Amino acid sequence: MEKNPVFEISKLSYRYADSDSALKSINMVINKGESVAVLGANGSGKSTLLKLLDGLYFPTEGQIRAFNTIIDESTMKDKKFAREFHTRVGLVFQDPDVQLFLPTVWDEVAFAPLQLGMSKSLVTEKASTSLEMLGIYELKDRTPYHLSEGEKKKVALASILALDPEVWLLDEPTSSLDPRTQGWIIDFILELSEKGKTVVTATHDLEIPYVAARSCYVLGQDHEIMASGPSRGILDDQHVLAEANLIHRHRHFHKNMIHTHIHRHWD
Amino acid sequence: MGNDFIAKTMAETTRAIERSIFASTFARKNGFLQHLDPRVKLAGVLCLLIITGLSATVEILAMLYLMTLLLAVASRVPLGFFMKRVWIFIPLFTAMIVLPSVFNVVTPGRPLFTVITFSSPHSFGPFNIPKTITVTVQGVMGASILVLRVATSVSLAVLLVLTTEWIRLLKAMSVLRVPEMVILVLAMTYRYIHLFLRMVEAMLLARKSRQIGDSSVKEAHGWIASRLGVLVGKSYSLSSEVHLAMLSRGWSGNPRLMEDFSFGRLDWLWAAFTMGIVILWITFR
Repeated sequence: MEKNPVFEISKLSYRYADSDSALKSINMVINKGESVAVLGANGSGKSTLLKLLDGLYFPTEGQIRAFNTIIDESTMKDKKFAREFHTRVGLVFQDPDVQLFLPTVWDEVAFAPLQLGMSKSLVTEKASTSLEMLGIYELKDRTPYHLSEGEKKKVALASILALDPEVWLLDEPTSSLDPRTQGWIIDFILELSEKGKTVVTATHDLEIPYVAARSCYVLGQDHEIMASGPSRGILDDQHVLAEANLIHRHRHFHKNMIHTHIHRHWD
Repeated sequence: MGNDFIAKTMAETTRAIERSIFASTFARKNGFLQHLDPRVKLAGVLCLLIITGLSATVEILAMLYLMTLLLAVASRVPLGFFMKRVWIFIPLFTAMIVLPSVFNVVTPGRPLFTVITFSSPHSFGPFNIPKTITVTVQGVMGASILVLRVATSVSLAVLLVLTTEWIRLLKAMSVLRVPEMVILVLAMTYRYIHLFLRMVEAMLLARKSRQIGDSSVKEAHGWIASRLGVLVGKSYSLSSEVHLAMLSRGWSGNPRLMEDFSFGRLDWLWAAFTMGIVILWITFR
């Protein structure tokens, strides 16, 4: 199959104004239609990487190319380009309370298509379809603070689905959710892949690469990529996972004995 | 004890804000005002408020007040609850303020009844107290007009707020030519007040769960100051993230809002009703 890169990242580093590097010397290529997991412990720079891929932050050093265009401040200042870029790339934030900033679910789902200049009738159609596809149409007049965490996450996904972007960036999509909703989210990622979407999932939930991502990048605690490759190979490398703080030694009762072993959460 | 007082005040303030802003019990009832397009409802209520403010006879004001009661009934707002909400605070305080004006000391005029008779008139500097203190007809009429005007205005405002969800009311402001940016800012404020109220409540509970015995008022003040600092910090970082989330979904600084309002037969009826009142008022004032 011919590879068609969506994102090409070379020697990327990012530093927040008041701190050390959040990302160092990152090289990545993400091809069209791929489902990629970016694995890393808290604070490793996963969320920052997704914001860079979404054109919200810009590299301190190095370069990001998306759809064969360099993404930097000057390209994103071009309103026409920014509008087209955000129609093609959707980011689902980790905390739904950040993403759901409007008073009702309907306002939220209609926000992006409206801002991107769609007609009001098209916005209504897209918002209704998205809510129906995720089975949450009956929530449309509800206010986000009356929703459960799982419902909020679904509304956040619906707000991006209304744009039907080519690329989905998902930041910790299964965190703070009950097991059933976690399973639902993983099925949703698989459905996106089946539809040919490019999916980049930042997570420390190892079930996602196990089930729904073909390849992985592991961000170490030094904010550099410490391993990359097919998911199964990465998940079998306990040394890498332990060093990246993604698995841990775990003590528990076994009959009447307490014993210790590496904890693999995904199988 | 001091600490209890502060904690209780914060908790009650949180609940009061929630009750007044987020309660939509009556807004979801199947009543007359609830069925109206919020834009036409807001415009109609504003017309009625202007007429109330300009009316200067007890009869007209009494009729307008009676009309608010009928509207409350038609909108399935219990009369007892409605009147209590209207009369307890603002008109009561207004009545206290205007009370002196019913006496002949402030408003001379035809006596209605005598309150007290002194042996002779008294003077206190520039103030003269007559021999007989009476309640005057003119004083009572003037006070009644003011109290009725306030009560009717408050009733109209309470009816509007009770029968319209806040967010719909905010969006209806577009009819008053309020810029969409202002409406969006208000809508987002409304959205996040709840989040911060929950945060304050969680902070209070976290403190309560770790507290053994009383703490001094000074210590409680220090704790509140530190929590305010935490809240400011959190709201700052949240606002940065929310801005990124907006940019990510195509925000370019020119808001476009979605209104799902529709103008129906009842709205025409309400518009005709308020216009009728305006015409009647102009004709007979």
